[in-house]
Amino acid sequence: MSVAEERNTLLDARDITRAIQRMATEVVDFAGGTDRLVLVGIQRRGVDLARRLATHIGGGDGAAIPRGELDITLYRDDLQTIGPAPVVGKTDISMELTDRCVMIVDDVLYTGRTVRAALAVLTDFGRPSRIGLCVLIDRGGRELPIQADIVGSAVDTKPGERVDVLLEERDGSDAVVLVRGSEK
Amino acid sequence: MIRDASSPVPSLGKDLLGLEPLSTDQIQLILDTAEPFKEVSERAIKKVPTLRGKTIVNLFYEASTRTRIAFEFAEKRLSADTVNIAAAGSSVEKGESLVDTARNLEAMRIDMVVVRHPSSGAAAFLADRIASNVINAGDGWHEHPTQGLLDLLTIRDKFGRIDGLKVCICGDILHSRVARSNIWGLLKLGAAVAVCGPRSLLPRGIEELGVQVFGRPEEAIEWADVLNVLRLQLERMQGGYIPSLGEFYRVFGITQERLDRAPRDLLILHPGPMNRGVEIDSRVADGPHSVILQQVTNGIAVRMAVLYLLAGGTPERADVSKGEG
Amino acid sequence: MKPILLKGGRVIDPAPQLDQTADVLIEDGRITAVEPNIAAGDGVETVDVSGMVVAPGLIDVHVHFREPGKEEAETVATGAQSAAAGGFTSVCSMPNTQPVTDNQAAVGFIVKQASAANSARVFPYGAISVGQNGEQLAEFARLIEAGVVALSDDGHPVVSSHLMRTALEYAQVFGIPIANHCEELTLADRGTMHEGVVSTRLGLKGIPAAAEDIMVARDVILAELTGGHIHLCHVSTKGAVDIIRRAKDKGVRVTAEVTPHHLTLTHEECEGYNTNAKMNPPLREEADVAALREGLRDGTIDLIATDHAPHHYEAKERDFDEAPFGIIGLETALGLGVHELIGGGVLSLPDLIRRMSTEPARAFHLEGGTLGKGKPADVVVFDPDATWTVDPSRFYSKSRNTPYTDHTLTGRVERTIVGGRTVYERAT
Repeated sequence: MSVAEERNTLLDARDITRAIQRMATEVVDFAGGTDRLVLVGIQRRGVDLARRLATHIGGGDGAAIPRGELDITLYRDDLQTIGPAPVVGKTDISMELTDRCVMIVDDVLYTGRTVRAALAVLTDFGRPSRIGLCVLIDRGGRELPIQADIVGSAVDTKPGERVDVLLEERDGSDAVVLVRGSEK
Repeated sequence: MIRDASSPVPSLGKDLLGLEPLSTDQIQLILDTAEPFKEVSERAIKKVPTLRGKTIVNLFYEASTRTRIAFEFAEKRLSADTVNIAAAGSSVEKGESLVDTARNLEAMRIDMVVVRHPSSGAAAFLADRIASNVINAGDGWHEHPTQGLLDLLTIRDKFGRIDGLKVCICGDILHSRVARSNIWGLLKLGAAVAVCGPRSLLPRGIEELGVQVFGRPEEAIEWADVLNVLRLQLERMQGGYIPSLGEFYRVFGITQERLDRAPRDLLILHPGPMNRGVEIDSRVADGPHSVILQQVTNGIAVRMAVLYLLAGGTPERADVSKGEG
Repeated sequence: MKPILLKGGRVIDPAPQLDQTADVLIEDGRITAVEPNIAAGDGVETVDVSGMVVAPGLIDVHVHFREPGKEEAETVATGAQSAAAGGFTSVCSMPNTQPVTDNQAAVGFIVKQASAANSARVFPYGAISVGQNGEQLAEFARLIEAGVVALSDDGHPVVSSHLMRTALEYAQVFGIPIANHCEELTLADRGTMHEGVVSTRLGLKGIPAAAEDIMVARDVILAELTGGHIHLCHVSTKGAVDIIRRAKDKGVRVTAEVTPHHLTLTHEECEGYNTNAKMNPPLREEADVAALREGLRDGTIDLIATDHAPHHYEAKERDFDEAPFGIIGLETALGLGVHELIGGGVLSLPDLIRRMSTEPARAFHLEGGTLGKGKPADVVVFDPDATWTVDPSRFYSKSRNTPYTDHTLTGRVERTIVGGRTVYERAT
């Protein structure tokens, strides 16, 4: 798949932990406290990040902050063109969303199309009083008028480059890597 | 249970004609894909935009309530546009051949056809002649793949697996497309499969498909973890395959008395509609081990999964790159 | 008509057990000499047939030409030309036309069309019963006067044992065979293919082998009872072969035919709901094919007949249940015989010609089937080694319903001569 890949680490494990700590504080500020806050992670690494944020916000045990999981596959706007149907992930939003402050959590913000789809999913579940967007990496390259409210780290990337977010619970270790020269 | 997106995704190809031609991986893919679709039907707004703009024709040459409704729900919950054509009152009834009907549909630029037909092989016939996706909703005595899939999903829900289970299909196997789809699906997923019924309702050479044959329900109950009790097609019994419905119930009916002597709790499936007091006792149908209503619920999820996967199109796997959105 | 001299071929005439390199001289529509090194006289068309087989023209006692009624599938003329292209010089056409060939006028029409076709000879069958309804005997004597050579309700079995008995008795005075399509209908009960594991898998209603065996048994019992000549059409089961063998041992007047397709294909061919594998009797199992081959080899089965059953493209372009039974066979029969039966070590070349010419002539009391001096010059010349690929678009038949598309066959007809006139010559 790849021809002479060049990999540069953008964030290491410590950077990620620090970024998440800061983002946790910003999330609480954004929501004006935790009373009405709901974290909704986008499958798959957004779910992991939402869990970590909740842990930080809850001061060790994240149980207090309601968390949902959301898969945007069924709301994608490119199903007709991408070939075989992608795997559909789990959506679990069992809490009431109406009049809550919902923070969408994802690993990378790029074109904005995933977030557009996530907004469509959320509106099928209820009418939150406010929806925010929190991402670990904003790599630019937007195709839709969507911006993140909370960003762990912003990097400028070119088309053809790839940002891999690796998380311990899924990938064995924490790192954010910029991959160049990858063959798509 | 959920496949990792980075693992290779098998494609279903253009059509779903039966479970016999599918690989184990393809069947697993459908069942795995059905899981997240269950949740859609639990939402307040039971609709996702996935198949927006797709046109699906439900072409039913045979009366059907439950299968047609389940397909229609599945299609509507995926936001497809649907048209129902029933044989009665349509050009089909006026003698238009299947191939002409197919060509006309094709000219209307439809995307998918869900077809039920009294002749075995009719779905394959249609699939060979039109570019649209074809889903077999039951062809003659041949296959009823979505029923087979929902039965598999229901069994997997209860046991967490299918591999190693013993499943006996009971009743009129000869005329049953549900039986054939169940046999293929169960065998491919590693279950041991048996059939039980009067020899006059078992097709010749059934053992060669790899199933065991029980002459008496008592033997089947002794052996099995799951009974899939087929509907006795009353309209097909005029051929003199059994002396009477009463006698069938007496010898082959799945009754509470017979189940009480089972060495373990049996899961009871029935594809419906039931003939209570013919193939199954009401106490069994409504009893704690019956999952007949769950089958109906799963029927929608499985059909959503099939529609979704077939709409995905080409066999090459798309490169769903990480961190793209 | 110009005399023809076929020079240097391998001349095979099974009746006198002739198999040698020789020349064959044809004059005035008759064979006048079969010997080495015949000098070509003036005005003789000399044809070099070295490397070829020269044999009595093939005879097919079981074809369906659809005229009158379904001329879009085949006419007497196209059928006769298809026969000629397959090396056949005579065929017997079944009476299940529309209307049925159950009266003098209907027979006369076939005879007239055959004469106009001026190709392979076409001998009509007459129906056993009026309208093939299985109730009242047709007028055998008048049918025979008009030109029928045998009687059959083919397409329908004769259900009534009484009617079959009567037909066998009544036909004796005329010395012609009663041919039956052997199928016990209550058992076959609208089945569409052989009952076995393939029908089970495909969910198609099966026709058990027993449906044929029962009727074959009944018919030989009635032949024994009456002393009449029963001809059993398209035998397809091991059981039937066994019954016929026993009957022949007892001296019952029974002759039997087998089709090239029953000798070469099994029910597996129906996979994919292939309507060109739908025929009645249905394609059976390996064991049946083996028994049929053995029956043909040991003479239990007398002859090969094609059951050439043309159907229009649209008729077969439907789901399996709805599609009609039958395939065409005239233009593939010899190639299948050479490729499968000789190639498979079942028959020798003279034996194959015996089963496709000598024996059919004998069973149906037809002229032909031999190259004897003074006999009508019905001759086939074929290349026994040439291989060719079946391309239905090149058939002379109006129909294309064959399961052998793209099969490679051996044995190619080069020339067919009927009554001294070349009616088919392969384009080179």
